[in-house]
Amino acid sequence: MLLQKEMIAGHYRALANAAEEGRKVVYTFVPGNLTELMRSFDVLPLLPEINALQSGMRKLSGGYISEAEKQGHSEDVCTYVKCDIGMLKKGNVGPTGEKLPEPDLLLLSYTGCFTFMKWFELLRQEYDCPVAMLHVPYQADGLIHDHHRDYIVEQLETEVIPKLEQVTGRRFDEDRLRERLALSVQAEDDLVWVLESAKNVPSPIDAYFGGVYYIGPMFTAFRGTQEGVDYYRTLRAEIEERLAQGRGPITPHGEVERERYRLVMEGPPNWTSFRDFWQMFSDEGAVVVASSYTKVGGLYDRGFRHDPGRPLATLAEYCFMINSVKSCNSFSVGQLLMLRQLEERTGVPGGFIESDLVDPRYFSAANIKNRIESYLQMLEQKRGAA
Amino acid sequence: MNPELTSLLDRVRELAEDLDFTAVRAWKDEGTDRKAVGHMPIYVPRELIHACGMLPVGVLGAGDRLEIIRGDAYFQSYICHIPRSTIELALTGRLDVLDGMLFPSICDVIRNLSGMWRMLFPERYVRYVDVPQNFSSEVGGTFWRRELEQLWNDLAKLAGRAGGDDELRSSIAIYNENRREIRELYEARSREPWVYPASELYLVVRAGNVLPPEEHTLLLRRYRDLAAQEPGRHEQDLSRVVVVGTFCEQPPLGLLLTLERAGCSIVDDDLLLGLRWLTEEVPEDGDPLDRLTAAYLTSSCETASVYQPEGRRGGWLVESVQHNRAEGVIFCAPSFCDPALLEQPMLVEALAAEGIPHTQFKYSENTGQFAVIREQAGTFSDSIRLWSEA
Repeated sequence: MLLQKEMIAGHYRALANAAEEGRKVVYTFVPGNLTELMRSFDVLPLLPEINALQSGMRKLSGGYISEAEKQGHSEDVCTYVKCDIGMLKKGNVGPTGEKLPEPDLLLLSYTGCFTFMKWFELLRQEYDCPVAMLHVPYQADGLIHDHHRDYIVEQLETEVIPKLEQVTGRRFDEDRLRERLALSVQAEDDLVWVLESAKNVPSPIDAYFGGVYYIGPMFTAFRGTQEGVDYYRTLRAEIEERLAQGRGPITPHGEVERERYRLVMEGPPNWTSFRDFWQMFSDEGAVVVASSYTKVGGLYDRGFRHDPGRPLATLAEYCFMINSVKSCNSFSVGQLLMLRQLEERTGVPGGFIESDLVDPRYFSAANIKNRIESYLQMLEQKRGAA
Repeated sequence: MNPELTSLLDRVRELAEDLDFTAVRAWKDEGTDRKAVGHMPIYVPRELIHACGMLPVGVLGAGDRLEIIRGDAYFQSYICHIPRSTIELALTGRLDVLDGMLFPSICDVIRNLSGMWRMLFPERYVRYVDVPQNFSSEVGGTFWRRELEQLWNDLAKLAGRAGGDDELRSSIAIYNENRREIRELYEARSREPWVYPASELYLVVRAGNVLPPEEHTLLLRRYRDLAAQEPGRHEQDLSRVVVVGTFCEQPPLGLLLTLERAGCSIVDDDLLLGLRWLTEEVPEDGDPLDRLTAAYLTSSCETASVYQPEGRRGGWLVESVQHNRAEGVIFCAPSFCDPALLEQPMLVEALAAEGIPHTQFKYSENTGQFAVIREQAGTFSDSIRLWSEA
């Protein structure tokens, strides 16, 4: 956790010094990010969602959201966007207190979140820089068709790479990209191992709250870097040690000593009360052993929910909970149906809580705690009855 | 009012209010093995459905005509209303008349609704229509052409008969005519809004969601003639406004009437945008799939759901205000509508740069109380007139 924090802080420092050091900055999004490609051009990625969640964790987001709403942004829309716009309007000082650089390029990876498209259209109105759009088609049938792949490659070749070349003044170097990708593979292997370590009982990790720290470097700026490789090697060694000792996950409030519930979690976490939220689970001995959120930046593993060797029915061993966030319709629409289907197919009741990503007005601690406790008590009673 | 016009307006009102899709059922009953394919608002290439001998049916939710009992259980409170009423329609069997359903790329909600549809109705044909957001003919065009080919093959299978190029060219011509008629009606309304009140025009255009296009074109034409002949429709001292934000979930008719009663004369809008998506005619010769592909890339209207690669947003709105000699803009978006509400600040900026007045409020398709909206729209209308006179 500490190493991860240092890395993120270091990245923000690098961003703050980008102009002095003559480095170009590309704003882009986590899902579908092209970090290796960007790194091969030696540009620094800046991810507005990460700014927003970091602002949320540092209790800054509420003010930024109010600022954006004052400027005419609807209370109904994504709070990541409003947090970002509010931060920009208040001087674009990043979550670590350093001023963020303006983008040299907006790399719009449109990967299924409609809001991304509008978000960068909004930013484009604020900055005088080019935008490269990468539309990743939706895989409605779960398949990647040839023409989907062709479409993406064509966009990379005709839109993304030429704009990176234009902005950096460098030619695309495929060998450099290969080197970056090779580094990614090493880090990904270790990340997958770490996430899959949650299959052990007790789990040495929490794959949702703790998972956030594990995916942080991978989903932000460190894929395809030696720092990323080193981070995941260190993390894996640490988790291997915990596993060997039969220890549970470490949390900000201490170690989970007795794993009482194994949860699968759907939906992003709340960031404004992240630690309190985590504690509501860890106090009850509830450990998240798999989560969809830790896959938003890439399906590096064929983990618990996607492993054909572990059919859906094995969910019965676990409990399932949704944190539905007001901001994110991509996640939210369908969650209630998913909940029903999982209950029907596995016979395991699901839990449902509601909050938001970075708007503190939508985190009602007492209500959420109450719902979590009620859900876990119900599971306990069912166990007793069984 | 001319009895024929009264009867025409009664009919289009019935069509809009009929949640059992009686007209679609009747159409299907008129032939053997007739099929109908539903689609959510905004763009789907209806020509492909038509060319396979099937009826394209626009599904616009249930408005204010249906109590939502089961639909609410599928959506959190902060999701817009149209998916919940659409699910309600489906779960109550009202959409059984549809043999397939297309979900255009409007937003995350409608896209995810397509996935929910697959889970809830696995026996029915469902497709998410993922339009390109890259508008180069070699890149986005190649992708879109392949998507259209797949859709064309799927529809042929569903219809049980393959549509040929000639059928598709013929359907393109039929829809060209239909869109042309709608455009002309809009132009006529812009010239003489007192002749074609928005509350009437809306219903007449909306009928195109459930009628075959050939029949709808005749209806549009007849309405235009009848309304033009109607005595007593004199110019009124109303404020000319453009209404924006209504391209997906539709406002209740009462809301349009309220705006009119509040002194606003709607001279342009983005209601029912899917029926008039292509702003130019699709060439009726050549390879019809190529023609439809190119038409999407080059002739799509500008709206919040479509990426705009260059320039600032809102140019189309300023142009609409100028072209239609509007005096103000009413932002009228459904609650929780991401595209409309995320777009709005950019449109406001474009209007502010031109000094065009605007006001804004939200609605839901089942909004039943209009007092506040009437007051706000009335104040807006008054302020425009006072300001203009000054």
